Amino acid sequence: MSDFLGYVLTGLGIGAGFALVGSGLVAIYRVTGVVNFAQGAFAVIAAMLTSSLLTAGLPHVLSESLAVVVAAVVGVLVGVVAIGKPGTDPGTSLIVTLGLGVFAYAVEIVLWGDQPRSFPGLSGVATIGGARIQAHYLLIIAVTVPVFAALALFFTRTDLGKALSACASNKYAARVVGIDVRRMGLLAFALGGALGGLAGVLTTPVQQVTFDSDVTLIVNGFAAAVLGGLTRPAVALAGGLLLGVTQTLIAGYGGGAYQLEVALLLMLTVMIVQAARTGPVREAAR
Amino acid sequence: MAGAALAVTGASRAFGGVYAVRDVDLHVAPGELRAVIGPNGAGKSTLFALIGGQLAPDAGSVELDGVRIDRLAAHRRSRLGVAVVFQAARIFHGLTALENVMVGAHSATRAGFVAGALRLPAHHRAEREIQARALECLALTGLADWACRPAEDLPLGQQRALQLARALCGEPRLLLLDEPASGLRAGEREHLAELLASLRRSGLTMLLVEHDVAFVMRLADQITVLDLGRVIAAGPPAEVRANPEVIAAYLGASA
Repeated sequence: MSDFLGYVLTGLGIGAGFALVGSGLVAIYRVTGVVNFAQGAFAVIAAMLTSSLLTAGLPHVLSESLAVVVAAVVGVLVGVVAIGKPGTDPGTSLIVTLGLGVFAYAVEIVLWGDQPRSFPGLSGVATIGGARIQAHYLLIIAVTVPVFAALALFFTRTDLGKALSACASNKYAARVVGIDVRRMGLLAFALGGALGGLAGVLTTPVQQVTFDSDVTLIVNGFAAAVLGGLTRPAVALAGGLLLGVTQTLIAGYGGGAYQLEVALLLMLTVMIVQAARTGPVREAAR
Repeated sequence: MAGAALAVTGASRAFGGVYAVRDVDLHVAPGELRAVIGPNGAGKSTLFALIGGQLAPDAGSVELDGVRIDRLAAHRRSRLGVAVVFQAARIFHGLTALENVMVGAHSATRAGFVAGALRLPAHHRAEREIQARALECLALTGLADWACRPAEDLPLGQQRALQLARALCGEPRLLLLDEPASGLRAGEREHLAELLASLRRSGLTMLLVEHDVAFVMRLADQITVLDLGRVIAAGPPAEVRANPEVIAAYLGASA
């Protein structure tokens, strides 16, 4: 029983990371209609940068915060290239982000090499209900939950959040009421970059990072986000947590090698079900 | 509301070599209610988009109070006071009716996102003023009871009215309306006519693209008639109605 609880808590920690990557995808997709394939790169860059900053002697928290800010800036840069030219359709932007994601590999290898990196997180082991888990997993959960609450408040309670929601709902109408849709898109990319970066700095202490870690992150993040049709952050959180727990349970009681396959299978199932249910109708409504 | 003067001069726009609008002149005085009519495919919607900013002209200019706006993005024109009400209900789902109306005013006033984010007193004051005006605009368009409902719950006719409320809340100087009467029931149509008449009395400049000739004949100060992308007649309603070219264009289109 304590094994089970341990797996669940660990899974929640891992899942929170997926949810953060997924929510970054959602933030960008809602506002711009672009599925950002460079999302995983934000996490990798932030994680690599944090390891460098810590090595250089900067304290924790400051290093992580700086890395998240840099990830947000990288997000804006990706946004400028992907959606900066007026009239770029989301399909074209998607391919641009895919290209940028691959380009990021080159930059990461030049700057940080091709070896796995990690840095210490919150040390120690916590005991909850007889289950012993690394304390860092609890930290991931403790950071992720308020971040999602803040996101929800931001989108529903602030003018800027409402303007972003307006862009998400109807770009045409947003423009005629004076909202600069492109600037809102770049803002969404900044937000996506920060969320991706946060995922990177939070999860690296428990699972290392290499330049191509973005594939795992984006597949899991996408699987989490697609549950909510890529538009609902709250569902992305639930999806991420579910995915994390499922993967940890499978790893714990059986084949640890099948984690990514589980995510892919879940993603495919959800997409097929959703396409069968709402696909053509939604396309027509856009 | 002080209306602005609109001047469209020599505007042309072609799609794949076919002119949708060709060498169109349209001068609307401040405070005037101008209707643009014409048979299907006359270029009404293209002209509307050239003024609203959804399309840029291939040639010619669009000026608002003497300032060229034809190369500006739609959101820039909006901030200069050009408000648009589309024929299709283009509203924001996921926001309430009141929020839909306020979004427009926020962008127009630009009280500042920084002030908003920090919840400064200036922001609170601006917020209250905008909310009061938004409620006024909702009442004006008969939507007072819907203020706190999600916008997508409104019946279609009310969604159109919501667009109008949103446009008015930005305190525009030029209001563009694309077939506002189409699909409305007789009572709603009457209400809309009254509202437009009262807006005209307040001095707002309006440009109305409309299919329903009878509806504009009694409302408009001046009517411009388009056919095959060109202006074939312009003048007061009575004059336009008697114009043989106009009669021919409409009979030709319906025959």
